[in-house]
Amino acid sequence: MSSTTTTNKIKWWSGGKSPFNMEYGKLMMWYFLMSDAFTFGAFLISYGTIRFSQNFWPDPNVVFNAFPGAGHANLPLAFVSVMTFILIMSSVTMVLAVHAGHHRNKKGVVKWMAWTIVGGLAFLGCQAWEWWHLITGTHAVLADGKLELIGQTMRGNPWGNLADVNLVVDALKNTSHETLVSMVHEHHQNMTHETLMGMSHEQLTGMLNVAELHIREKGPVAFGGYFYGITGFHGFHVFSGVVINIIMLIMAQKGVFEKRGHYLMIEKVGLYWHFVDLVWVFVFLCFYLI
Amino acid sequence: MSNEATLNDHTTDTNHSEHSDVHHQQQSFVSKYIFSQDHKTIGKQFLITGIVWAIIGGLFSVLFRLQLGFPEQTFPILETFLGRWAKGGVIQPEFYYALVTIHGTVLVFFVLTAGLSGTFANLLIPLQIGARDMASPFLNMLSYWFFFLASVIMLSSLFVHTGPASGGWTIYPPLSALGQSGDGLKIGMDLWLISMAMFIVSSLLGGLNYIATILNMRTKGMSMTRLPLPMWAILFTSILGVLSFPVLLSGAILLLFDRNLGTSFYLSDIVIAGEILPNEGGSAILFQHLFWFLGHPEVYIILLPAMGMVSEILSVNSKKPIFGYMAMIGSMFAICSLGFLVWAHHMFVTGLNPFLGSVFVLLTLLIAVPSAIKVFNWLTTLWRGSIRFTPAMIFAIGFVSLFISGGLTGLFLGNSTIDIYLHDTKFVVAHFHIVMGVASMFGMFAGIYHWFPKMFGRYLNNTLGYIHFWGTIICAYLIFWPMHYEGLAGVPRRYLDLRGWHSFNQFEDLNKLISIVTIIVFAIQLMFVFNFFYSIFKGRKVRVQNPWGSNTLEWTTPINPGHGNWPGEIPEVHRWPYDYGKGGRSFIPQTEPFGADESKDH
Repeated sequence: MSSTTTTNKIKWWSGGKSPFNMEYGKLMMWYFLMSDAFTFGAFLISYGTIRFSQNFWPDPNVVFNAFPGAGHANLPLAFVSVMTFILIMSSVTMVLAVHAGHHRNKKGVVKWMAWTIVGGLAFLGCQAWEWWHLITGTHAVLADGKLELIGQTMRGNPWGNLADVNLVVDALKNTSHETLVSMVHEHHQNMTHETLMGMSHEQLTGMLNVAELHIREKGPVAFGGYFYGITGFHGFHVFSGVVINIIMLIMAQKGVFEKRGHYLMIEKVGLYWHFVDLVWVFVFLCFYLI
Repeated sequence: MSNEATLNDHTTDTNHSEHSDVHHQQQSFVSKYIFSQDHKTIGKQFLITGIVWAIIGGLFSVLFRLQLGFPEQTFPILETFLGRWAKGGVIQPEFYYALVTIHGTVLVFFVLTAGLSGTFANLLIPLQIGARDMASPFLNMLSYWFFFLASVIMLSSLFVHTGPASGGWTIYPPLSALGQSGDGLKIGMDLWLISMAMFIVSSLLGGLNYIATILNMRTKGMSMTRLPLPMWAILFTSILGVLSFPVLLSGAILLLFDRNLGTSFYLSDIVIAGEILPNEGGSAILFQHLFWFLGHPEVYIILLPAMGMVSEILSVNSKKPIFGYMAMIGSMFAICSLGFLVWAHHMFVTGLNPFLGSVFVLLTLLIAVPSAIKVFNWLTTLWRGSIRFTPAMIFAIGFVSLFISGGLTGLFLGNSTIDIYLHDTKFVVAHFHIVMGVASMFGMFAGIYHWFPKMFGRYLNNTLGYIHFWGTIICAYLIFWPMHYEGLAGVPRRYLDLRGWHSFNQFEDLNKLISIVTIIVFAIQLMFVFNFFYSIFKGRKVRVQNPWGSNTLEWTTPINPGHGNWPGEIPEVHRWPYDYGKGGRSFIPQTEPFGADESKDH
């Protein structure tokens, strides 16, 4: 009896059968993800190399402390936590879509795919706000003996070391009138731009409390390049994921998978979506936590 | 949805295509020859595009050899054709660097990656593993068209006003990152990067397909250890490509950002034409790491398919089983894994920590072990065989010769202490041209001569084939052997005019000889191209199904197989592919079951 069972045992690797008991498309998706992991790996390792070759790197708690609608409140990492939560929830809804697909439940697939798309779009929206805020929100920095207002761009970083207060006091004398007006305006929202423009240099300087300004020096230029480069490349992946998800949603709605008899395509885009989520976890770790 | 059903679903798919050869007569010209999803047609498309690029790349080497061999002479005809690039009949420095850059890029990527592994992976995988087509014929077609797109972009860069990329095929920043540093680093460089990005997409789509097909779609009985060696070689090649090309993609994207968005990934403390650039904090060495993480495996991406095909051709034409089949697979696996761990041996003079360098020396020299295993296996396969010297066979033997001569100098260069002296000399040029350039070309030629009957149902002309072989191997050694001496004497690469060094005047005549031989060998290749296209239409027709007496499955298909390859059922495999000269029979096809009194040994 035992000999019969051994002869009937399927030899997966001897041809005629998939050794992984898996359809080729899913296999190719796995290989693609492996390849894509190397792309992100190269980016993140490059980032690490440059970051640790610098004497100073900005503190993420200082850089990422804004929240939409919260004004100047200091809320370190609050917004990115919301973003991360949204993306992880979209992974959950993707799991539910795949699950519905296993039960050939078309309505369930359509519903959960729709929620996944909503999650992806919400994440992209959050990222757009974050980028916009970082690029356009200017900060006064001490450079070349005077104060300048710069945003977080590819070429400049406003989050260097805290500047010496005495140097800042000296620098105020050399700072342009325009810059001073903007700085005062930030702390005295009730005064109009025009009235401030009319005031003298000394008056404006007098209105600023240097000790409370926390003026910093310029930070490492590389920060912007890597932050926008890598989160942008990840955002591009999310964007393509959303586009693919929309196509899948339409196909599911039209009953293409129902006719095919299986929802394997949903499973494959699910793999991609979870991968993009996983990459975010690493991006989150490298840029926001460390 | 169970996997079982999906698998069955897939088999029904292939059953459908069984009938496709009945219908393929009605296919339109476009779907049969242009946007074809038949792996055999896609293979031919890769091959012909590769040949076109090889002519362009080869012609470029003739042009810069004219400058190197005859720096004091003018060639008015060059000005007629090239205009201001050859003002007064002298190749201009900017143009010289564009020529060497495009020569390297085109030969390494477009000819020896796409033209070699693209061609033979597509042609051979389904035929040798017993499948109707690739896992995804559609992605396979896209793979070719992305390559075509990359080709168009690269070709267009040759015609832009400021000229094509001229920062060397390794495109090291900061030179390549700054458009101000020269005409050839302007739009030509951007086009180069975009073209390479398209090429990487093409190679990724191809590679995923090759791996999935080889693992998933083998016919019944075709276990992994019954695969012909070209299949193993292509499997390892694809793994290398899928894992290393994305790293080059990352490097290229960052370089594009540095060029166009003002980032500082690779730039720091640069003063150019008296202007201080604001970039800071980047590292030019970082790019070299990213580049060579692909760049070194790339060498094996080029070489492994040639090795696989040579193993097959040597065995078939010696009528002997390949010596050490498992050792061949093991050594390819070793080369594949070690290939990932040696990239920094290209960077010994960058200021790399000598202790780190010594680790890379050790790993590099370790590759000599599997390489030697392969060489000895090839030689012992030939040993006492009844050798049939077809053009494919002599090219395969030529491959072994070149691989030995080029590989030995690799031992010199792999040693960091010697490499510091030899770095950037002609010795390096000679080494890599022999071992990866010419040797791989020989593997490719062997493959073309051997499988041409399968591709087009006709033979290539044998006489022209023998002239092609002897002309090419003699010329190849005449070109590159003396270059070793030049390199040992300290002659640097990348200089367009060596007359400034009095000590190198002794090589004046030698350089002339090398240049003349280059022109001759280029003419011989044109003769091969003529043979190729002439034979497609007018060559001797193949009358027998299995002209070489070969065991593998591709020779069980009809002489001109349609889409779907086998008119009836896919054959079942009963034995390994190297039963040559067993029990008094010159060959036993894989499809033949074991005889009752046949020994189970190989």
